[in-house]
Amino acid sequence: MTAPQTTQLLESDTTQVHPLGPGAATGLLVLRNYVVYRDAWKLFITGFLEPVFYLLSIGIGVGALVEGFEVGGKEVSYATFVAPGMLAASAFNGALLDSTFNVFFKLKYTKLYDQMLATPLSTGDIARGEIAWGQLRGSSYAAMFLVVMLAMGLIESWWAVLALPAVLLIGFAFSAVCMAATTWMRNFQDFDKITLVQLPLFLFSATFFPVDTYSGPVRWIVECTPLYRGVVLCRELTTGTVSVASAVSVVYLLVMGVVGLMVVRRRLDTLLLT
Amino acid sequence: MAAIPLPAPRDLPFKEGVLRQVDYWATLWARTWRGVVVSSFLSPFLYVLAMGVLLGGFVEAEPDTLEGATSYLAFVVPGLIASHAMQTAVSETTWPVMGMIKWQRIYESMLATPLQPRHVVGAHLASVALHLTATCALFTAVMAPFGVYESWWGPFLAFASQVLCGMTFATLVYAFATRSRSEESFGVLFRLGVFPLFLFSGAFFPVSNLGDVGSWLARLTPLWQGVNLSRMFALDNVTWWLAGVNVAVLVVLMLLGWRWSVSGLTKRMIT
Repeated sequence: MTAPQTTQLLESDTTQVHPLGPGAATGLLVLRNYVVYRDAWKLFITGFLEPVFYLLSIGIGVGALVEGFEVGGKEVSYATFVAPGMLAASAFNGALLDSTFNVFFKLKYTKLYDQMLATPLSTGDIARGEIAWGQLRGSSYAAMFLVVMLAMGLIESWWAVLALPAVLLIGFAFSAVCMAATTWMRNFQDFDKITLVQLPLFLFSATFFPVDTYSGPVRWIVECTPLYRGVVLCRELTTGTVSVASAVSVVYLLVMGVVGLMVVRRRLDTLLLT
Repeated sequence: MAAIPLPAPRDLPFKEGVLRQVDYWATLWARTWRGVVVSSFLSPFLYVLAMGVLLGGFVEAEPDTLEGATSYLAFVVPGLIASHAMQTAVSETTWPVMGMIKWQRIYESMLATPLQPRHVVGAHLASVALHLTATCALFTAVMAPFGVYESWWGPFLAFASQVLCGMTFATLVYAFATRSRSEESFGVLFRLGVFPLFLFSGAFFPVSNLGDVGSWLARLTPLWQGVNLSRMFALDNVTWWLAGVNVAVLVVLMLLGWRWSVSGLTKRMIT
């Protein structure tokens, strides 16, 4: 048997094994995703174009047919109305894609998380790392989108600076909950159910038209859905109509994300460690 | 030991080659149609509801700004069905084609029989055509009670244009898929091809809203040809020479796509 080199390497490695702090572990996972994603840079760049195309098409093209809407007592053009909705919706769509298909693939097919757990990383680190990466990617899109909005004159207030953290909050809330949902998926067919939730949320969360289009209980239901909270929050920030009620959206999304994160951790524990 | 004599390979006629694969495609569809219902029916229906009915409620435009439509709903429906035909066709000729070439290697096993690439392409595209026919027909029928059609014969011709438009995209994208090495290229195709076409080919608003240059660029896209045909027939507002041009463009592109598909698969699998 001649494997002295391997033995040597193993020995030197085992001496270094010690648990990582949550920050260091998250950083490590983000770095790992960055290294992998570097090869798919075309997908990364073009991902940014999607909401911009939507903005140009719906905001400008359809906007020519629609009169403006009133936001918090202020009359705004249709493009100004629809742009923050798209900002929120694109954070939502991005978070959803990242934390469902990609996580499922790693969990089930490439067994990436099993490999990670063979290292000092914990399930909590995995959940935090994946979500942190998703937020980094999502927020870079959001930042570019905000620049486009600014250039097109669709930002009416300095509050818009806070739209970036608001988008991060939306992404965090949906990433955590969707990743939790993904742990219950059995196969790719189950993702139809995600589409069944995603599309109605996208189309009916007052993204493209105001919530007073609905009446009675339907309006109540819409106002209780998470994407609606994100859409109004972004809209309040970019049009400068922030009020105390905006805090409701913030707390709602924060609680949603934290609960989701706790569930992910517990589910990964049962799936991978027992 | 004497070799068992094999029957000499013969050239299969095109029709027979395609028909030999009917049971394969029928089995595949029988097992997967449930998932398809969501993507091929529910999602466009939700788009019609959100954009056509709800957002359309805020549109107050005269028929001459809406290419002859009396309501935004009547304007948007024929365009949405045509773009939906494109999206269906593209999703059926990207990942599934690559899967059969590279992941499940179904084509490899098919081509180990007397089937030739043109038979394989023919049967796959026939299955796409059936899917398009079913979705567009269902959609057209569901939209009829909403009063978006202006004549009894219009919807039939609109339906035919939607299927034609879908098949043009199916053959072109099939040709692209046989030449793609990695599925990453499909992501880029969707984001730089399908998605901008969906948004800027006149499905949601008249292309004239895009300005002089923009509207001419939009009119050059294959999707606009299909959207325009479909809408002219649905609204009974037909300019016949233009319809002729639209059909000719789509048919020529479809035939080119067919040739490239067969040559692409031949290069990839045989030589």
